[in-house]
Amino acid sequence: MSAAASSFADDASPLVGASQPPAELLLRDVRVLDPRAALDARLDVRVRDGRIAELGEPGTLEAGDGEELVDGYGRLRLLPAFFDPHVHLRTPGQEHKEDLETGTRAAAAGGFGAVIAMPNTDPVLDSAPLLRSLRDAAAREARVPVGFLPAITRSLQGEQLTEMAELRLQGALGFSDDGKPVRSAGMLRKALQYQRLCGGVLALHEEDPTLSRGGSMHEGAVSAALGIAGIPTIAESTMVARDAALAGYEDARVHFQHLSCAASVEAVADAKARGWRVSAEVSPHHLLLTEEDVRGMDTRMKMHPPLTTDADRLALIDGLRAGTIDCVATDHAPHARDEKEVPFEQAPMGTTGLETAFAALHTGLVLTGALDLAALVLRMTAGAALFGLPAPLIAVGERANLTLVDLAGEWVAGEHGWESRSENCCFAGRRLRGRVLLTLAAGGVAHRDRALAMVEA
Amino acid sequence: MNHLISIEDLDRADIERIVAQAERFAEVADREIKKVPTLRGRMVLNLFYEASTRTRSSFELAAKRLSADVVNFAASGSSVEKGESLKDTVLTLSAHKPDAIVLRTPWAGASELVAKWCSAAIVNAGDGKHEHPTQALLDVYTLRQHVGAIDDASIWIVGDVMHSRVARSNILAFQRMGARVTVAGPPTLIPRGIEQLGCDVRYTLDELRSADIVYALRMQRERMSETWVPSLREYASWYQINGRRLTPRQILMHPGPVNRGVELSGEVVDSPQAVITAQVEAGVVVRMAVLFELLAGAREQRSLAAVGGAGGGSGVA
Repeated sequence: MSAAASSFADDASPLVGASQPPAELLLRDVRVLDPRAALDARLDVRVRDGRIAELGEPGTLEAGDGEELVDGYGRLRLLPAFFDPHVHLRTPGQEHKEDLETGTRAAAAGGFGAVIAMPNTDPVLDSAPLLRSLRDAAAREARVPVGFLPAITRSLQGEQLTEMAELRLQGALGFSDDGKPVRSAGMLRKALQYQRLCGGVLALHEEDPTLSRGGSMHEGAVSAALGIAGIPTIAESTMVARDAALAGYEDARVHFQHLSCAASVEAVADAKARGWRVSAEVSPHHLLLTEEDVRGMDTRMKMHPPLTTDADRLALIDGLRAGTIDCVATDHAPHARDEKEVPFEQAPMGTTGLETAFAALHTGLVLTGALDLAALVLRMTAGAALFGLPAPLIAVGERANLTLVDLAGEWVAGEHGWESRSENCCFAGRRLRGRVLLTLAAGGVAHRDRALAMVEA
Repeated sequence: MNHLISIEDLDRADIERIVAQAERFAEVADREIKKVPTLRGRMVLNLFYEASTRTRSSFELAAKRLSADVVNFAASGSSVEKGESLKDTVLTLSAHKPDAIVLRTPWAGASELVAKWCSAAIVNAGDGKHEHPTQALLDVYTLRQHVGAIDDASIWIVGDVMHSRVARSNILAFQRMGARVTVAGPPTLIPRGIEQLGCDVRYTLDELRSADIVYALRMQRERMSETWVPSLREYASWYQINGRRLTPRQILMHPGPVNRGVELSGEVVDSPQAVITAQVEAGVVVRMAVLFELLAGAREQRSLAAVGGAGGGSGVA
């Protein structure tokens, strides 16, 4: 980030949520894992006034007056709370799908301590007054802090820049036209140049509409068999390569959203090797599902970018392991039941993901040996730093951003319903291992599983 | 069989059983009184979201020859145009308790969805560019009448494979019956990955001579405006089945309606090798056989399955 940018960020705290009472609790004998703090040990952890106050050998700390006691029995894992740089909270305008309260409740239930909301709302988040009113609403309703990425171009039309500098003064974390690409290279270049004035990461949804138009799923054997128009992976990878080159030329900072194919991973690796300032995210569904999961034409399997081949999936896992892909992002995209209960080609794109991300990735990647737990924790928390925010850290004096999980806990996704207002989850009905029991966000208790026994001291 | 949604759900024995039943119904068609009382008191609902004269009237005639009551529901000019969803329309029409719903929509997978929403037997009369299983069955029937078994026969499907539900159903059905299938057409209209259905792919008709049966697909004029091919003229010069390309021993098929001078030249349409009219005739008896199979054949079994399916039907794994 340039020096000019930091003065913008100081004006308004970029994350905003409803203030919760500061947590007062003792987590006894939990297995603490925080790779950034070089912590992997059984400890007692005291949270006082919403901050991590004390770390001690297991069984050595006593719960004080008014402190809740949670016993980890040397088995439950305490992790830094996850950070999701890509969610759709559907507010304003589509509150029948989700709102700030339900979306952040879903985030907390999934162990996320903060999220970044996309601007493809109705109206589009593309002006300072709207950003102000959304931040005011988040300060009343959001269970975990929310950062906002206003649009790069007005109404996501790709024709005129938003007032990026004014938006940054009002707390914009960065900018994105997510849901749509910035089609014109010339338009994106102007935004990248303007970033020198105001800072703010440009998060890019990469898709060449001349290649993807009309498509509802990945172009390949399954789309050929189903007679559904396909979206070729080059619709994404050519745009990643184009925009990486633009960012390199302008020495600008860009973040590639929801990579879905091997060729895009290669383009990002190439850009990083050249020293260009790019980062990238990948979504749990692209790491765990493929075009084969679309064969039944289940509309929950319809998302943008589409589920690709197994070879693409394996390349994404390799990219995540190697750090070519910096972080996991859910692209949580809620849609109402009646919107998804239509033939596949008519259905809107998107799957919810906040409540299942950790469990699905733990089950599908960690338990299968594809990724170790510490690496998964790193990738599920790395999004914060990419947007210039401090990463959640388990250390004395830090604000409590913590997630307590039971790695052995088995559950069937959706069996008890969802915290989200929508239920269009691609993992619904799958048996997952790894349950989030407790989430502390910005020092307050944001989620508490009903199975968690908590003893008032 | 509870529904006819995709050829993928049928094995060779299923196809042969339906074709054999159609042969029995063909005898009825030659009688002076063409009606049998098999489905008296049963109701067949034709629910069509796309314009279709041939398929719809063929189903209507088939149902009437079996003495079923027929209700035609065309999506245009109805509540559908007022914004009613497919699900709501189906639930509303289900209140009339149809025994079978014949469904044509522009959307892949619609029949499968509708089968989950109601207890009627669903006949897919075309779902988007996905499948058109009764067309494939009547094509198999037609070949049975004209050439007998098609084991090891070479069948070329020529033209716009990408946008053709007929192609997809026929690739599967011809293969089930033992034939070898080659698809040929302009590279822009052959979908990537189609070879994984087990067919060969050719971009020219140079080897068309090796085919025993040539199945031409309809070339739709709107494909020009979307620049799938440069012009109809160029398409015809490379892919038209005409007297120069067709050899005398080959059988020529086409699902209709024919664009004379585009995918077929006039002389081959009228040649004795063309079985296009026979395909149309086969439509009624094959659809009679399908309705018979679904409504008369395993009737009790079906109602039991429908009850069982209602409980667990909503989750798609």
